[in-house]
Amino acid sequence: MSGLQLLWFILIAVLFSGFFFLEGFDFGVGMAVQSLTHNENEKDQIVATIGPVWDGNEVWLITAGGALFASYPFWYATLFSGYYLILLMILTGLIIRGVSFEFRKNVPAKQKQFWNWTLSIGSLIVPFFFGVMFISMIKGMPIDAHGDMSATFGDYINLFSLVGGIAVVLLSYLHGLNYIALKTTGPIRNRAKNYAKFLYGVLYLGLVAFAVLMYFNTDFFELHFATTLGLLILIVVLTIVANIAVMKDAEITTFVASGATFVALVALIFTGMFPRVMISSINSKYDLLITNSSSSPYTLKIMSYVAITFLPLVLAYFAWTYYIFRRRVKHAPVMETK
Amino acid sequence: MSIVELGRFQFAMTTIYHYFFVPFSIGTGLVVAIMETMYVITKKDKYLKMTKFWGNIFLLSFAVGVVTGIIQEFQFGMNWSAYSRFVGDIFGAPLAVEALLAFFMESTFLGLWIFTWKMVSPKLHVTFMWIVTLASSLSALWILAANSFMQHPVGYTIKDGHAVMTSFSALLKNPQLWYEFGHVIAAAVVTGGIIITGLSAFQLLKKKIENPDFYKQSLHIGLLVALFGSIAVLTAGDLQMKELVKEQPMKFAATEGLYKNSGDPASWTLVAWANENGHKRVWGVEVPYVLSILAYDEPSGSVKGMNAINKQLVKEYGNRNYYPPVNTLFWSFRIMAGFGTLMLLVSLLGLFFTRKKNQLLYRQKWMLWILGLCTFTPFLANTTGWLVTELGRYPWTVYGLFTIKQSISPNVSVASLLISNIVYFLLFTGIGVTMISLVVRELRKGPDYEEKLDEQEKRAARIDPFDKEAFE
Repeated sequence: MSGLQLLWFILIAVLFSGFFFLEGFDFGVGMAVQSLTHNENEKDQIVATIGPVWDGNEVWLITAGGALFASYPFWYATLFSGYYLILLMILTGLIIRGVSFEFRKNVPAKQKQFWNWTLSIGSLIVPFFFGVMFISMIKGMPIDAHGDMSATFGDYINLFSLVGGIAVVLLSYLHGLNYIALKTTGPIRNRAKNYAKFLYGVLYLGLVAFAVLMYFNTDFFELHFATTLGLLILIVVLTIVANIAVMKDAEITTFVASGATFVALVALIFTGMFPRVMISSINSKYDLLITNSSSSPYTLKIMSYVAITFLPLVLAYFAWTYYIFRRRVKHAPVMETK
Repeated sequence: MSIVELGRFQFAMTTIYHYFFVPFSIGTGLVVAIMETMYVITKKDKYLKMTKFWGNIFLLSFAVGVVTGIIQEFQFGMNWSAYSRFVGDIFGAPLAVEALLAFFMESTFLGLWIFTWKMVSPKLHVTFMWIVTLASSLSALWILAANSFMQHPVGYTIKDGHAVMTSFSALLKNPQLWYEFGHVIAAAVVTGGIIITGLSAFQLLKKKIENPDFYKQSLHIGLLVALFGSIAVLTAGDLQMKELVKEQPMKFAATEGLYKNSGDPASWTLVAWANENGHKRVWGVEVPYVLSILAYDEPSGSVKGMNAINKQLVKEYGNRNYYPPVNTLFWSFRIMAGFGTLMLLVSLLGLFFTRKKNQLLYRQKWMLWILGLCTFTPFLANTTGWLVTELGRYPWTVYGLFTIKQSISPNVSVASLLISNIVYFLLFTGIGVTMISLVVRELRKGPDYEEKLDEQEKRAARIDPFDKEAFE
């Protein structure tokens, strides 16, 4: 395994972490539009908190996909063709959610509710199926000697992957609630915190179930005992930190902790997989490995130059954008009609 | 139906649909940037009004462009995994660079542009829009770098049955890339100019219109942009065609419907119909000398026909059918070039008839009707242009290296492909209908809509959520 292969394995993890950290709260806010709000003003208010940034956040996914294609074409080909219908669901979710922002702003009042629903449902579908995809992936999928996956329903949808899907939805929703608490004023700010306080209780149960299922469904504890256990503990600790912080109204700490949970989850998946990138349930000989799935050293070198040059620039203007939009979006009370 | 047929159908459907909105948003984005620049320079409110009004239509097209674009990146892995494995070492890099360099910039600065009207100075605000325009063009550059490799592979070697990159700079120096880039960007400029011209013309045709000057001025700006773009697009197209004669003679011969070798000098076929199975032309109308001039810039020189090229390709690459769908290519090319020329003429004449001394155009309904109907022509020209480029590469995905049949994902079922085709079709229909109805609604509301709202409605509409008052 070359240093560049390792670097890109880590960079793919970083890009997916960035995606879940940032787009995670966008999904949460999207779901909250139909589940947390009491009136149209509140819907507009929370949509406004992510209005300027959601599209940029989504680019983390596009970049992760592009980087996967460029640095690990065999991984990309196996993963994307193997998870065909799951990715179709994810794309559907991204599409109906993506157009909702612009459409709900412009349609006649009567149709607005429709696009509120597509926003919420799209924001629910995407994290759910990403959870299903990544969690079924670490269990192992029927991948043959050519690297082609021919899976059946049970390979995609099983207890472990369903718990994974629900966990990612729950984490996104909580992350979104924490973001709303951080970025709004008025009644919705407290309501978001109250929802979060309750849901952290549910999350503990989910985490225990997840850890137990992981023990029985993956080889992570056999192969990487220390990192797997360490990262699971970190996820629990971060959850406790977020839970305490939300009780104490420490909004920034809560938000950072729920975001860091995603990073820890991605790290758990990637360290557990190492040195594989896809696990074959047919025969471990057919596993896709870091060493045999990557691009050539030359391509990885070029891509490294590109990433080292431009990623800091991207992070710089991301930071600047969040600084520009650092203020809270004010609550607009419903006005009596004359 | 086979998985290859369904996969090809999906690629055609998703890319054509996506490409309705790409030149739309790049082009209208440019015009909006120009309008806002004029506002910053002149400080006249009418330009601010234009920026916001057309900006809203730009934003709608941008939103649809973004969501349909994600399908493209996923599609290579989902439907064409064998292709992705074969060419990923080269093809993935420009896609990743596109995301990292262009998409991040585009989306971030667009977010800034939409929400900072009252937060930053007008100069900084217009800079955001120019950055968005620059980033959109950069994204076109990188995706075309990937496409150019498929058209004309360079900077690679074949190792263990895969294409491996040997020179990244060769990808960027690919002459095909710069012809395509010039052509695509110029076409986007025309598209933007013509859409704003055409929609303004439709507005001016209405019996009751509140603010005719607004649309007259928008129309004028649109025409100027379209004229500039049309000249560029014809120049780029001409250069690209001359390259094509050398690099992809089969595509060139097919767009001319030429089965037998032409004589010297070569005549150009105006209209024709081919018997594709019999490999011969059924009928056609020819104009002497013109094809030699188009291909070589001089009234002499012959062009090889498809039959001779097919023989040559069989010798070079083995026995298979190398004839592309000739009638589709022939007519696509004529639709593209015909509308391209029409748009040049329309913008030229349009500017002539709207000059200060004699504004005949605004008094002649039929002229406005022509301009209005022109709104649809860039979409047809853009689509047919890509049909020529992509179908003309048949039977290759990467010219000379990898065929379409080899490229499909072997593990994807007919059922999966059928389902995804249906899902995309339904999504596209729904989004398309909404998009059109919202553009019509925006046009009905008109540019003065915001001013007419009373204070309460303005707050309810939350026109600018990041307005200073919106904060504690």
